[in-house]
Amino acid sequence: MIEFLSGNEAIARGAFEAGVRVATAYPGTPSTEILENIAKYDGIQAQWSPNEKVALEVAIGASLAGARALVAMKHVGLNVAADPLMTISYVGPKGGLVVISADDPGMHSSQNEQDNRYYAKFAGVPMLEPSDSQEAKDFVRSAFEISSEFATPVLVRMTTRVCHSKGVVRLGETCNSPSMGYEKDVRKNVMVPAHARLRHLALEERRKRLEEYAERSPLNRTQMGDLSLGIITSGVAYQYSKEVFPDASFLKLGLTNPIPKGIIQRFAEKVARILVIEELEPFLEEQIRALGIEVVGKERIPRVGELSPDTIRSAILSSVAYSENPSSSLPARPPVLCPGCPHRGVFYVLRKLKFTVTGDIGCYTLAALPPLNAMDTCICMGASIGAALGMEKALGPEISGKTVAVIGDSTFIHSGITGLIDAVYNRSNITIIILDNNTTAMTGHQDHPGTGRTLKGEPTVSLDLEALARAVGLRSVRIVDPYDLDATEKAIREEVLKDRPSVIIARHPCVLLTKERYPTPKVDTEVCTGCKLCLRLGCPAISISEGKAEVDPFLCNGCGICAQVCRVHAMISGRT
Amino acid sequence: MLCSQSTRDDLETTDVLIAGVGGQGILLASEILARVCLRAGYDVKKSEVHGMAQRGGSVTSHVRFGKKIYSPLIEKGRAEILLAFEKLEALRWIYFLRSGGTVIVNDHRIDPITVSSGSATYPDDIIERLRERTADVNLVDGIGIAIRAGDLRTVNVVLLGFLSEFLPINADLWRGVIGETVPQKTVDMNLGAFEKGRELVCLTKRSCP
Repeated sequence: MIEFLSGNEAIARGAFEAGVRVATAYPGTPSTEILENIAKYDGIQAQWSPNEKVALEVAIGASLAGARALVAMKHVGLNVAADPLMTISYVGPKGGLVVISADDPGMHSSQNEQDNRYYAKFAGVPMLEPSDSQEAKDFVRSAFEISSEFATPVLVRMTTRVCHSKGVVRLGETCNSPSMGYEKDVRKNVMVPAHARLRHLALEERRKRLEEYAERSPLNRTQMGDLSLGIITSGVAYQYSKEVFPDASFLKLGLTNPIPKGIIQRFAEKVARILVIEELEPFLEEQIRALGIEVVGKERIPRVGELSPDTIRSAILSSVAYSENPSSSLPARPPVLCPGCPHRGVFYVLRKLKFTVTGDIGCYTLAALPPLNAMDTCICMGASIGAALGMEKALGPEISGKTVAVIGDSTFIHSGITGLIDAVYNRSNITIIILDNNTTAMTGHQDHPGTGRTLKGEPTVSLDLEALARAVGLRSVRIVDPYDLDATEKAIREEVLKDRPSVIIARHPCVLLTKERYPTPKVDTEVCTGCKLCLRLGCPAISISEGKAEVDPFLCNGCGICAQVCRVHAMISGRT
Repeated sequence: MLCSQSTRDDLETTDVLIAGVGGQGILLASEILARVCLRAGYDVKKSEVHGMAQRGGSVTSHVRFGKKIYSPLIEKGRAEILLAFEKLEALRWIYFLRSGGTVIVNDHRIDPITVSSGSATYPDDIIERLRERTADVNLVDGIGIAIRAGDLRTVNVVLLGFLSEFLPINADLWRGVIGETVPQKTVDMNLGAFEKGRELVCLTKRSCP
């Protein structure tokens, strides 16, 4: 039986075929659909965790209890989960444990393009790199076999183009992998120094066995063709390279940590010249050069951004004729906050007040772009609160009167809570605005602990943000509806002046989820002066036509913020 | 290449780039196309990006089919067909088209925020600039036809109907996949929209039977 699956759907199918019992994740592009699809299998306990560290810890617990467990995350999520990863490598799972890292070369939807293959070396765990959907499915199964045979976590490194490309996949049978049950083993599972020293020795012994395994693994394939050119490659770069050099000899590595040194040496002896084609860092190249083999790599292949057949062709072959990209001269079409987005009002007010805004990760990061221009920093999940606190510590308490941190509800639960505790504990005056739209919107509306629903759609306890803020010591906690600009501005103006930390919860559910809709505002063209103040909202529904404001009724959801902004009352809101 | 009278070797790789604005239904359209190609017995790959790009931004989906497909990405200057749901997006992605390839462009303008905010101007010579790349530029009143078919939202199926006449694939395969993909209540309306898109090719291209 064949199906047409994305890499992420194929990973989910692979988890099913491999007999996974527990699967966890925090949503993050390009990894999100993995858990959404695993959740469709009744026999798998699938869950969103508050962040990637917890997700991995849950998977570790399941694997120590003898079940096969899988955890999925985007590349930067593995930074959050790095702490448990480094030590579970010492402990080793009992049931299989597979960690999916979905990297984002080209930063389609990420703050950096770090190459997570180094985590495999760093943690001393084997790594598999699928190059298409079929391999994504098959490699999950192989990863569990390796995990079980060598008692090691296994990293499966995906990239955006493997995650979000679809291809033909031949399905397999599911294997029965009942839980082996929990057995107490203190010397193996309790990582106090005396035990951990022994486990580090065990890890080194495992590394040697994995190096031997790499030489016989069917995941590494040699295809001899034209002997004048040999290409060593992995992941989606293999597919691109086959397109550009269909006749060359290939060493396609599916297992890229540890690398198969013997296979590489034998391949190198057979071909006249070697090209190493890999996305981002020279991960394979440096190791191959360390074997004393001369190769061409990053001096030609870009180290920055995503590869494509085009970039490889133009990097390696001279006299390539393809059209230049003319689109730089065209009007850009950047992503924008949706019409009716509840975040818009908050950022309009912050821009008007000329505040410094430490930002965070989510849809609302788009407020950094024109015309809102209402964000000063964005580093990583949860960083907004610490950054605001640090600015206050550096510049003095008076800057708190014109500085706020903004963070979404899902991001706050992911890693903002500890920052909030820091602000209270260290006697700060900062103001934190939690943009609570009751979902994880950017990645496609996933539930989180505040929504009252699990990944499987079951009702559950809903985290009470207000009570949480009070419990950690906040005395100023207030809730505003960001559709009400006056109330939002008043709350911000008042809270920033208080000599204690404040939390403002700007609460309004995402309109893509609720489909909330009101009549489109009417523009009184007699009154409209064409001042363009409403354009500063950055609403895609508003434009200027013949010198007057115009609202597109197809795009507009009738939120009415533009009517509140208009100084001459030319916009008449349809909301009552 | 016209209607179903293809002279091309059917096993060669064909690249179709679908472009438009986030929210226009590009991903559904490319899903239908890919499944039709699959059912016709081709190897198929399709690539697109989720996340940040879908908030009203410029969106593309690459569909490649043939005997054996490696790269999920189309190379610049090699697409056989560019199917654009919006005029500016047609011009933005025209450099992916091979010289002399086919452009199918929905006669629809959506101002990006850079234009509606007054910092940029929507080009008024898009069709002329597309014609610099190829003589085969097909401007389709997708919205008008969709409304006549019963619902504005069938516009992507109208455009697929038009596209279907340029690919060597039996129309019944298209009808089957559309019937299985769109919501059950809208099957008849969408199949009607598909036929209207197909008919339009024969109205505009004389050589149809």
